[in-house]
Order: sequence, then structure tokens, then C-alpha cells
Amino acid sequence: MSQANSTVGTKRIERCFAALKSQNRPALVSFLTAGDPDPETSQRLLDGLPEAGVDIIELGMPFSDPMADGPAIQKAALRALAAGQTQAKTLAMVKRFRETNRDTPIVLMGYYNPIYRYGVERFLKDAADAGVDGLIVVDIPPEHDDELCTPAARYGIDFIRLATPTTDAKRLPRVLESASGFIYYVSVAGVTGVGAPTPEKLERAVAELKQHTSLPVGVGFGIRTPEQAATIGCFSDAVVVGSALVERIEHAKTPDEAVAGVHGLAKELAQSVRRCREAVTVEGE
Amino acid sequence: MNQPVNPALALPDANGLFGQFGGRFVAETLMPLILSLQEEYESAKQDADFQRELAYFQSDYVGRPSPLYFAERLTEHFGGAKIYLKREELNHTGAHKINNCIGQVLLAKRMGKKRIIAETGAGMHGVATATVAARFGLECVIYMGSTDIERQQPNVFRMKLLGAEVIPVTSGTGTLKDAMNEALRDWVTNIDDTFYIIGTVAGPHPYPAMVRDFQAVIGHETRRQMEEKEGRLPDSLIACIGGGSNAMGLFHPFLSDESVHMVGVEAGGKGVATGQHAASLNGGAPGVLHGNRTFLLQDEDGQIIDAHSISAGLDYPGIGPEHAWLHEQGRVEYVSATDDEALEAFQICCREEGIIPALETAHALAEVAKRAPTLPKDHLMVVNLSGRGDKDMMSVAHYLGDKFQ
Repeated sequence: MSQANSTVGTKRIERCFAALKSQNRPALVSFLTAGDPDPETSQRLLDGLPEAGVDIIELGMPFSDPMADGPAIQKAALRALAAGQTQAKTLAMVKRFRETNRDTPIVLMGYYNPIYRYGVERFLKDAADAGVDGLIVVDIPPEHDDELCTPAARYGIDFIRLATPTTDAKRLPRVLESASGFIYYVSVAGVTGVGAPTPEKLERAVAELKQHTSLPVGVGFGIRTPEQAATIGCFSDAVVVGSALVERIEHAKTPDEAVAGVHGLAKELAQSVRRCREAVTVEGE
Repeated sequence: MNQPVNPALALPDANGLFGQFGGRFVAETLMPLILSLQEEYESAKQDADFQRELAYFQSDYVGRPSPLYFAERLTEHFGGAKIYLKREELNHTGAHKINNCIGQVLLAKRMGKKRIIAETGAGMHGVATATVAARFGLECVIYMGSTDIERQQPNVFRMKLLGAEVIPVTSGTGTLKDAMNEALRDWVTNIDDTFYIIGTVAGPHPYPAMVRDFQAVIGHETRRQMEEKEGRLPDSLIACIGGGSNAMGLFHPFLSDESVHMVGVEAGGKGVATGQHAASLNGGAPGVLHGNRTFLLQDEDGQIIDAHSISAGLDYPGIGPEHAWLHEQGRVEYVSATDDEALEAFQICCREEGIIPALETAHALAEVAKRAPTLPKDHLMVVNLSGRGDKDMMSVAHYLGDKFQ
């Protein structure tokens, strides 16, 4: 069990949401794939996210067969793997990030096989040592909690569960049962970065979720613009942007351009979520 | 090797596990669908009307039972075991694949689904799926790797004729595993109206058990036919394995019969030692992919490695979880045959029996070539002749090159 890098008492994710609640604004959660487009640029991208205004960082562990991802994130994983990314290198990136940042939560996101192959206990120990705060593992439903979710708790690592448009009233308690950190609401039935959620439906879904859990509820999949982030941030505790950021890397001609593109969009998104509830309040008055 | 399995185990368990293998490793979006499919399948199994309808289509549409044919000339050629061929290639659409497709399309109809999707490698499962979709008036989309589309043109044309849309998959390496990724992405996007007909004994629970049950008709018939012809059980069963559905269908009804030796033949490609093969059990390690834990071809970091085989239908980096379990239990012996060995056996079968087998099936025949000569003449060997080889004409001509001119 490792307490390294974790402040005794509350956990980073919990502290982050508590602080944002007092500021009455949602969290901006960014997603990037570790090692994309190359290890060095990826580290620069990661290290600059907090300054750009990102509150919680999701870092993708690249996998050769990302079944739940759309084209943008599939390509990011392949770029990272082609540049030699491994699980060990991803953990090392987090460790290096923690040398200068002790506060911004990092959630590793990916698929089970690379973790399974690394060895579950060894992975959890190394992740806790590196300063990882949470895990999102797409292909482990609550039916397989004993694989990773339950062991993660022993290392103080949150296991963030996805709720989706197909999660009905019968299914929801099962999903919430072992969840920690926050609940990630998947806004559209589909893969990442494809399809746009309708805000009205989303607002109802988030309100429904909040009746059943005291955990913060974040929304992701298909959120691309500062405007969308602001709309959804009005009624959710966090907005997750992934594919739109990742595409800035895909379209960049140089590493510098990738870094500028990603941090530039992150800044716009951050400004947008910081203002979104003010705007509503003003209009309401 | 070949310890009998206790039939009382009735695997998989409630979580879809065969020992440590199998399970339901899918995204949350798919969980409610998979759970309702399981419920529906359980109720259909108990439903006499469903079973009657299935039996009707198996006989009058598929053409079952398929013959258990005494291959006299092959037996003479190898000079050992008495060889029987279970003629699955005589089924409608030319392979065992339709046994499963008929079962699943009846379930889809029962669940009120309007759209069928499937992945395909060699195209045999795609053709079988397109066929049943046409028969039941359902929209059909088939995902096929772009590499496979090139080497299996006749099947692509057949699927289109049957009214299916064939979507080329260029992601990854454009083979079967990528087609399966893309089919899963389609399914998660079109949850309300779509039924995913998985073609092999893999994927999340209940697919491995359900596909096995629909394919088990092969083994049940074999048992009865062998009893009629020889008055006893066969001594050995041999089948090729990609995902492993034709093998599981033949083996499963015999698992608790101690005297029946079973051999699954994986695609050894250019040789298991070269790394260019599709032998998950002989050259892979346990991992989690496409909804189940099983043996996978993967690197040290858990990234999936591309399979290689002369036959597109065996070109998959995993294997059904029940096979992984039977391997671990030592109930079934798993071996491999190389591309060259399969090609050689392919030609022997053509010339000796006048039957052109699929390249997939030729891997099982390659094992027969190794094993039959060493066995006594009263040894009864059944080979699952899982598919016919018309689709492979261009590939075989290409591989045989000058010899064919």
C-alpha cells in the first residue's frame, strides 16, 4: 500500500471537486493519449495542462484495439504505440508531472489488457507511487469488480464508473455500488468523439443520476467546443473534452504547433466553464 | 492430456466464466443488451416453439443432417486410422457457419430487432449472416477487413448479391480482429434496433455458450451417425480452430466420454517459432479482448499482435474461452499446422476424395496426415470438414504459383 504523493485525509479528486463547488463552477477534464505524438511532446502537453486551466487530467493508456473509441482517439493510440509508448512509460510520465504538480488529479483511462498483462497488483502499486488518482477502464463492468476495482481501493485509487444512456433504473444501482471519485456520464450511446448530445436530454439524465448518488457527475463523449462545454457545465459537475483536443495533435505539423493547439483550446474551454454559471445567474436576475 | 471433463460442471457459470476464462468484459453501454440477450436466450432454450422452428430451418433450409462420410481413399492413402469426414461443407452456404446464424437470427426476430451486423474474416460467416438476414427480411451490415476483402473477393460479391452492405475496415491491420472492433463500435452506436451475430465461440457471455450450443448439432449428429455405422463412439475427433466454433460444435457433446481423444488444430502460419502465426494457445498468453478473457497473441505490454495465416478464417489473435479452459484442463490436445502443411493436405483431399476443402479445414486435414498413418486400422477418426474451398481458388493458385500453371 502506498501513501506516497497522496495527502493524508482527503483524496485529490475529492478535494478538487470540493474546491470547485465553493467557486460554483464545473471542472474542466481533458483527455489526451499518453505518448501521443511522441514521448517528449506528450510530456510537454501534460505538464502544461493545469496552467491552461484544466482541473482534472485524463491520460489515455494506448491500446492496439480501442473498441470504445472513435477515429480520433484510435489514431492517437496508434501514433503513441508507433512512437514506442508502454505502460511503464505512461506511469513514468505521471511521476515526472508530479515532481512539479501535487494538486491536479490524474485519471488513467484505457482498456484492461495492458493492465492485466502488466500485472494488476504491480500496476496498482506503481500507479499509486507515480501519483495516479483514479482509473477509468472501459471494458470492466461492475460484474468483474474483483478484477481491478476492489483491489484499486486498497491502493487509494478511485475507480470511476461510466453510466450511459442504456443504464436504466434497474441497472443503475449496480453501476453506482462500487463507484468512487466521480461518475462519468457517457452522453451518447456510441464511441468517443462521434455524435453530439442534446443538452435537454442530458440535463434530465444528469439530474436523474444525482438523485441516486452523492458523487460528482461529469459528462463526456462528443463535447468539442467551448459553447457546448458551457451549456453542459451549467448542470453537471465536470465536462470532459477528448477527441477535439486530440485532433489538434493530429493536425499539427510540428510538436510546437501541437502543444500550442492543445493548450490553446484548453484555455478557451477553461474560460468558458469558468463563466458558464455566471452567465446563467445574470440572465436569471 | 485428454482428461475427461465432468459434465455436471455445466459451464459457463452465471458470470459466463469457464474457470478463469470467458466473462463479460464490455463497455457499460453494452451491458444491458448483453444481459437481455442472455435472458432471451435462456427462455428460447426452454421454448418448444423456438426449438421446433430451429429444427425446421436446420433440416429444410440448411440441409441437415450433414453426412458422416467414410473417406475410403484418404484412409487408404494414409494407411492407418479409418477416416470419416463430417460433411459440414455440404450445408447451405458451404460451411458450418450457418448452423449458428440460423439460431441467432431466430433470436433476433424474437427480440424484434430489425438490423443485423456481423464481422467476417474469410467471408463464410458474412455470407451465412447475409443469407439468413435475406431470408428473414432484415437489414444487414457486414464488417470485413480491407486485407481480407482483397483475398476473398468471391465471398464479398456473394454478400452483396444477398443484399448485405459490406463495409471495409481499414483500421488496425484490416483483418478479422479489426472487423470485430468495428462491429462492436457499430453495436454500441445502434443499440436499439441492432442484433450482433458473432460468428464464433468468442465475445462476451452469452455468445461463447450460445454459439457452441447452436454448433453442437455437429457433434450430436456425429455421435448418432457413428453409432449407426460402427456401433460405437469414435476414437478421435479432429477440427481446425480460429475462434473455434466448428471444433467446439464437434467436441462438446463428447467432452465427458473418456475414450474420445480430441485434437484442435491452430493455424501455425509460417511456423509458431517465427512469430508469424495464429496459434493463440500454442504461442499466446492469457489476456482480455473482445469481451472475454482467453489466450491472445500479444506483446510484453499487452498490445495485440497481428495473426498470420494463409487462411483468412483462422487469422484471429484469440480463441474461444472454452477452448482456453479445455486446454488448461488438458481435455483437448491443441496442436498447429503451418501454411505449407495445410496446402499439402488441401491438395491430397482434392485428389484423393474429389472434395475441395476450405483452407481453414485443410489445417485439420494436415493433422490427419501426421496422425492417421501412426494409428491402427480400427481407430475411428472423425474430421470436421467445416467448409468448402471454392472461395480459396485465387489464394491457392497464388500460393502454388508455377506448380499450378
